[in-house]
Amino acid sequence: MIEAKSLTRRYGPLVAVDRISFSVEPGTVLGFLGPNGAGKSTTMKMLTGFLAPTDGTAVIHGHDIRTDSLAARRKIGYLPEGAPLYGELSVERFLRFVAEARGFRGTDVGQRVNSAADRLSLGEVMGQTIETLSKGFKRRVGLAQAILHDPPVLVLDEPTDGLDPNQKHEVRRLIGDMAADKIIVISTHILEEVDALCSRAMIIARGRLLADDTPAGLLARSRYHNAITLTLDDLETAASRLGALIESREVEVRRGKLTVFPSSQGNLFEAVTRTIQAEGWQVDQLQLEGGRLDEVFRTVTDNAEAA
Amino acid sequence: MGSLGVILRRELASYFATPVAYVFIVIYLLMSAAFTFYLGGFYEREIADLEPFFRFHPWLYLFLVPAIGMRLWAEERKYGTVELLLTLPITPTEAVLGKFLAAWLFIGLGLLLTFPIWITVNVLGNPDNGVILAAYLGSWLMAGGFLAISACLSAATRNQVVAFILAVVVCFLFLLSGLPMVLDVFRGWLPQTMVDGIANLSFLVHYSSLSRGVIDLRDLIYFALVISFWLVANRIVLELKKAD
Repeated sequence: MIEAKSLTRRYGPLVAVDRISFSVEPGTVLGFLGPNGAGKSTTMKMLTGFLAPTDGTAVIHGHDIRTDSLAARRKIGYLPEGAPLYGELSVERFLRFVAEARGFRGTDVGQRVNSAADRLSLGEVMGQTIETLSKGFKRRVGLAQAILHDPPVLVLDEPTDGLDPNQKHEVRRLIGDMAADKIIVISTHILEEVDALCSRAMIIARGRLLADDTPAGLLARSRYHNAITLTLDDLETAASRLGALIESREVEVRRGKLTVFPSSQGNLFEAVTRTIQAEGWQVDQLQLEGGRLDEVFRTVTDNAEAA
Repeated sequence: MGSLGVILRRELASYFATPVAYVFIVIYLLMSAAFTFYLGGFYEREIADLEPFFRFHPWLYLFLVPAIGMRLWAEERKYGTVELLLTLPITPTEAVLGKFLAAWLFIGLGLLLTFPIWITVNVLGNPDNGVILAAYLGSWLMAGGFLAISACLSAATRNQVVAFILAVVVCFLFLLSGLPMVLDVFRGWLPQTMVDGIANLSFLVHYSSLSRGVIDLRDLIYFALVISFWLVANRIVLELKKAD
């Protein structure tokens, strides 16, 4: 398990990460969400032992990153931002280097390299020089070096950034496959990814931890949570009729769509469908909204700007 | 094989995976030969020794060693691989030493490949091979000093050109600090002991006795101290600058 205890990092007068505390249990995919420059990468750099915290610490499976850095690093597989690799080496040579640096010797090296390469389907490019590979393959090589020693903790900084939709899907599938018994920490500014991948999400902005919840919990904070959006011909009449329901708090007409927000009373969905039937409206589309993550994200981070 | 060896082997693999190794070795061999025969007057002197060969090594190294050293850390920082390297379970000291030793061994390989000149002089006459061996050792140690300076300055920047220029300038100062033109600047306002101290920092002073075949423990200690000092500085600079 990971326990961060008021992790802080200052660059001169700038506070990049401001007293962030959390703990994560195995089996969790934790997503760090935040605008660029929010402190996500800096937090990851501290967890992985690249940067020393200015203040506070973190404990990775019982090893303090300040006092027991090497042991903590052995528990972690890390994909740094942009997946940097030694481009002049072949994939196999590079993975062998990582395996040896991770302390494997003799036949173990080849076994580790091959099993990681199998997992990421790198077989066909093992002999190829890394810099000649496509972006998708490079990312896979980066992931292969991270999982090579089968670490209980994986820290992946923007693992799908810059990939095409198919490659993104592929990387997400891999992360999902490994999630069962590990702690996986990913950072992203792609909101759909949080929903697709994470069992827990943290919103970080200006170095501070602003929200820590499940993706569903975050969605529930949205004003769109359980709202109903419908498309029909006579928006004006429908708006005034639905706005008068006690189950609705307010209505909003935007881009030819009508959204009805729930009040705390009754079941809005039932009330709306009842009204539609009673009035005999021709409804083209009817949608129950789960909530909008981008709106929650904006609200949470904007409040931080204002504070 | 410890982590040091793992890093060392990876570094060497990178040299030979790129044109760096071949370009360096070819240029090094061509230039050292040109200096020996044209500027040094190897044949004209009609003396069976390698003095004309070793005389120009400090000037050859002044440019070639920073060219090898400039990439050591600047490249890692530019491409972000430093983050990969330093989050592996290895200590920064192992990383600094492994990289330095790989480059030093590589330069040593270049130096060994000058063996035809040693064969030549043995065919033509009866040189004192002990002197030649001492001179080779001195040359390699001096290269180590230049390399440690270059490695440290390479950690200070992401830009290899900047690293190269800084390293050439600092190496030049270390090379020349024994010459009157540098010492005269200090003589006016520093006590004599400090001027002597500056003169003693010169690579040339310590190299020249080794290249004449005199293996003085003080010269060996001098180069060992220079290398250690700059490698410790490298470790500190790396720690300070890696986050930028």
